Amino acid sequence: MHGSHQVEKRLSLDIEAVRSCFPALEGKARGKPLVYLDNGATTQKPLCVIEAIRRLYHEGYGNVHRGVHDLSERTTQQFENARVQIAAFLNARDAREIVFVRGATEAINLVAHSYVEPRLEEGDAVLVTEMEHHSNIVPWQLVCERKGAELLVVPVRENGELDADSFRSALSDRVKFCSIAHVSNVLGTVNPIKHLVALCHEAGIPVLVDGAQAAPRMRVDVQEIGADFYAISGHKMYGPTGIGVLYGKYERLAEMIPYQGGGDMITEVRWSGSKFQAPPHRFEAGTPNIAGAIGLAAAVEYLESLGMDAVESHERDVVEYGAKLLRGMPRVRLIGDPLERAGAISFVIEGVHPHDAAALLDAEGIAVRAGHHCAQPLMERYGVPATVRASVGLYNTRSEMDALAHGLRRVLEVFP
Amino acid sequence: MDDLVRELYQEVILDHYRHPRNYGRVENDVRSVLGDNPLCGDRIEVFAKVEDGRLAEIRFEGSGCAISTASASLMTEHLKGKSVEEALAMIQAFHDMVTEGVKSERLGPLQVFEGVRDYPSRIKCAVLAWHALKAAILEQSETVTTEADE
Repeated sequence: MHGSHQVEKRLSLDIEAVRSCFPALEGKARGKPLVYLDNGATTQKPLCVIEAIRRLYHEGYGNVHRGVHDLSERTTQQFENARVQIAAFLNARDAREIVFVRGATEAINLVAHSYVEPRLEEGDAVLVTEMEHHSNIVPWQLVCERKGAELLVVPVRENGELDADSFRSALSDRVKFCSIAHVSNVLGTVNPIKHLVALCHEAGIPVLVDGAQAAPRMRVDVQEIGADFYAISGHKMYGPTGIGVLYGKYERLAEMIPYQGGGDMITEVRWSGSKFQAPPHRFEAGTPNIAGAIGLAAAVEYLESLGMDAVESHERDVVEYGAKLLRGMPRVRLIGDPLERAGAISFVIEGVHPHDAAALLDAEGIAVRAGHHCAQPLMERYGVPATVRASVGLYNTRSEMDALAHGLRRVLEVFP
Repeated sequence: MDDLVRELYQEVILDHYRHPRNYGRVENDVRSVLGDNPLCGDRIEVFAKVEDGRLAEIRFEGSGCAISTASASLMTEHLKGKSVEEALAMIQAFHDMVTEGVKSERLGPLQVFEGVRDYPSRIKCAVLAWHALKAAILEQSETVTTEADE
């Protein structure tokens, strides 16, 4: 009995305490209390993240991996500690598997440039899915174009889930790399990622998983998932903008060519040529986003203090409650309605353009996104120019979903 | 929401959104320009026929939000039959009204869009069809967008 009580406790959030950590949530939008439902785009920051960055600049800092002076040594230690903390958060085997980048976009571009491009030949193929964000489409288009390779796409079913049979049959000998979203930023679909990665590996195909929408809302264990690469974005997980992480299995990173050239990524520079650092520093040319990495570590520490299982179960409760409310509304149609959903609910309203709906909701202080969500091919697949997307974060509540539904009822009145 | 409805989503705008006037293609002897705002997902194609220095015909087709659709519809209704000079002057006046709040009697009922000025993200919606018409009259290009110049 005692055990089950503990589990229950671990799976719930003290939502009032959580919300009090986010000063932005106390603010107003259009003079109304803010209902922030655009977490798929970016998240608000907890005090501990704001404070970590403030403290760094306030107390003085130095550049990393350079000086012998006290400030540089202290900052280097903090920066490398951040790497260790993030490695632990993702359950990476080794902190050297954590490469700091600008965001998930850069992580994907880095792999496209330094791992895939040198191994891709004319006639080869790269495989993605129809639910990818532009950041997991365009880098592959560019690399395929340069190498005369083909970009293959696994279709999405009407309910927003991947077609498993199509996925399996797409894994031909031509496919040299596969890149898949863990969680769709538009549909909210949680892909059976461990299974998909295993299928790729059975076919001898290395995999990158775009975890930008997964890392903020569920426990990510890169060893369990088994992917060769995993990309995350700091600002979508309560950390600062301009920082992200590429996780790569060490043996993969070790066989990769440098990404950008510059300071910090070399061991020796001569006119006759340069020698490069081992990973991860090989991929971190120039002064890195030091405050970003330290801020992201603070965000990770915060998430761990709440417990990712608790975050996941709280968000799931709120997002499923919201989806249920929307399913019951006249003229509202969900775009994709996957069994396993996290974060996002996309929908269209008959007779109301998404931008008008978002503008009217905004007038009530409700922040949602309208548009194509950087997923134009997916919009085309569903035959809509745009959708409205409500995306939850760990601080959202059922009553905010009620506010959304109430707002939508008023939108329906304006556009009868 | 009430303020926004009063300032932006007025009855005449909603009416033109639901029942757009001069809607549909013109096939022959016509200048057409596509107004394309891909970030919004607004696509409005404007067709204009210029005869003897006058806009003998203006129609439009496409899909967009209430503001861009109603703006296109009201534009066709009020500019049809105008001389090219008068039409260009009205296009300029409309642009100045929604971007800088310059009042203009010549716009008549089109002044219903005055409130757009207070919603910067929607200005591009209101001016899309107007930019397309201007490009059609001046035979400048086949596609215009109003997303870049915000």
